[in-house]
Amino acid sequence: MKRIRKLWFLAVATCLWMLPALAASAAGGGGAPIVIVSDTRKLDGIMRWWGSLYNESHLQFTLLTVVLIPVTGCIFGFIADIVMGWIGIDLTKRKVHEH
Amino acid sequence: MDWLYLLMPISGVSIFWPGLIILGVGVGIIGGFFGMGGAWMVTPGLNILGFPMAFAIGTDIAHMAGKSLISTLRHGKFGNVDYKLGVIMLIGTVVGFEVGAQMVMWLERIGNINIIVRWIYILLLAFIAWMVFYDLHKRVQKEKAAKAQGEVLDKMATGVNWAQALHKIHIPPMVNLKVSGIYCSLWLPVTVSFLTGWLAGILGIGGGLIRMPALIYLVGCPTHVAVGTDLFEVMISGLYGAGTYTYKGRTELVAAMVMLVGAAIGAQIGAVATKYIQGYGIRIAFGICVIGCALSIIMKMIQPLMPNLTTFLDNSSTVLILGLVSGMSLYIFYQMVKGVKNELAEKRAGVQ
Repeated sequence: MKRIRKLWFLAVATCLWMLPALAASAAGGGGAPIVIVSDTRKLDGIMRWWGSLYNESHLQFTLLTVVLIPVTGCIFGFIADIVMGWIGIDLTKRKVHEH
Repeated sequence: MDWLYLLMPISGVSIFWPGLIILGVGVGIIGGFFGMGGAWMVTPGLNILGFPMAFAIGTDIAHMAGKSLISTLRHGKFGNVDYKLGVIMLIGTVVGFEVGAQMVMWLERIGNINIIVRWIYILLLAFIAWMVFYDLHKRVQKEKAAKAQGEVLDKMATGVNWAQALHKIHIPPMVNLKVSGIYCSLWLPVTVSFLTGWLAGILGIGGGLIRMPALIYLVGCPTHVAVGTDLFEVMISGLYGAGTYTYKGRTELVAAMVMLVGAAIGAQIGAVATKYIQGYGIRIAFGICVIGCALSIIMKMIQPLMPNLTTFLDNSSTVLILGLVSGMSLYIFYQMVKGVKNELAEKRAGVQ
C-alpha cells in the first residue's frame, strides 16, 4: 500500500511539473516569449499605471493578473447569485431528469 | 464614436469594446453550457476584433480562467462537479498532454505534419459527432421498443452502454465516485484522461471538446456532471495558462476583464440553462457544435486546393463559427428563460 501511495505521489508531482505544457496550449497552442514595451505616452489614469507596471516588473504584473482574474470571477459570481436569488431561481438543487 | 474604442495598454491596439462584451456573452453561454473553454470560438473572434494572434491566444486563456471559475462555482452549487474525478483526471490529462506535445515535436522534425494533425482533428470530430448521434439513435430505438411493449423507458437509460462495460474491469485500486455515481477501477479515468490529453496535445487544443464526450461515453458520467467536472479542469489549466502567457507578455488583461463582464453573465446563463435542459438536449446541441467546428476546419483545409476561393472560404469559415456561437447562445438563452418562467409559475401555483 505504501508503495502504491509513493507511486501516486510521484505521478502527481510529475503532473505538476508538466502542467505548464498543458497550460501553454490550453488556448490553442504557441508559447514563444515576445518582448514588448508598453507605450504609456498615449495612456492616462489607471491604464497608464497598468502599462507602467508591465514595463517595470513582469513578475508583479503577472502575479496581479493571476490574482485579479479569480477575484473578478468570484465577485461576478456573487453578484449573479444575488440577482438570480432576487428573480426567484432556485440555485440549490437540480432535478436529474436524464442521464 | 471614439468612446466605443478602448486603447489597450500592452498591445497598443484600439479595440471596439462592445464587441468584446458580446463575444464574452456568447462564449460564456456556450462554455457554461457545454463545459468547454471554447478557444476554437474566441481566438478567431478576438483576431477579427483587431488583436494580433499572439495577444488573442493569451487574452482568450485569461478570460477563460475567470469564466470557467464562475461556471464551476455555479455547477458546483447544483452538485454537477465531481472534484475527486476532476483531480484524478488531471493526472492523466497532464501526462497525456505532454506525451502528445512531445510527439508533435518529434513528428515536426521528420516533416510537415500540419495536414496530418488537421486530418486527425477532422476524423476525431467526425467520430465524436457519430458517437453523439448514434447514442441518440439507439436511445430512440429503445424508447420505441419499450413503447411497443406498453412500457415507458427509464429516464436514466442511455442509448449506448460502453461505460458500463468498462466499469466491469476490476483492476485495483478501485474508486468510488459518489457525485458521478460510478464505482470503477482508478485506471479507467486515468487512461481516458491520458488518451484525451494525448489527443489534445497532438492537436494543440485545450481538450474540453474531447474530454466532455469522453466523460459521458467512456467514464459513464451523467451529462451534467461531465459538463461541471470538465469546467473544473478547464479552470485549473486556464489559471495556470493565464500566468504563463502573462509572463510572456501575451495577455491583455484589460480586454480579458471587459470580456469577463460579458462572460460572467453568459456563463451564468449557460450553467443555469443545464438545470432546465435534459441530458440528451445538451448532447444533441453539443453534436451540432462539433459538426459546425468540423466544417469550419474543412473549409480551411481545402483552401490550398482552391486558391481562387481562398478569401470566400476563409470568410465563410469565420461566419460559420460566429453564426454557430450566436445561434446556439440564443437557443440556450431562450431555453433558460422558458425554464425560469416555468419554475416561477410552479412556485406561484404551489403557494396558492
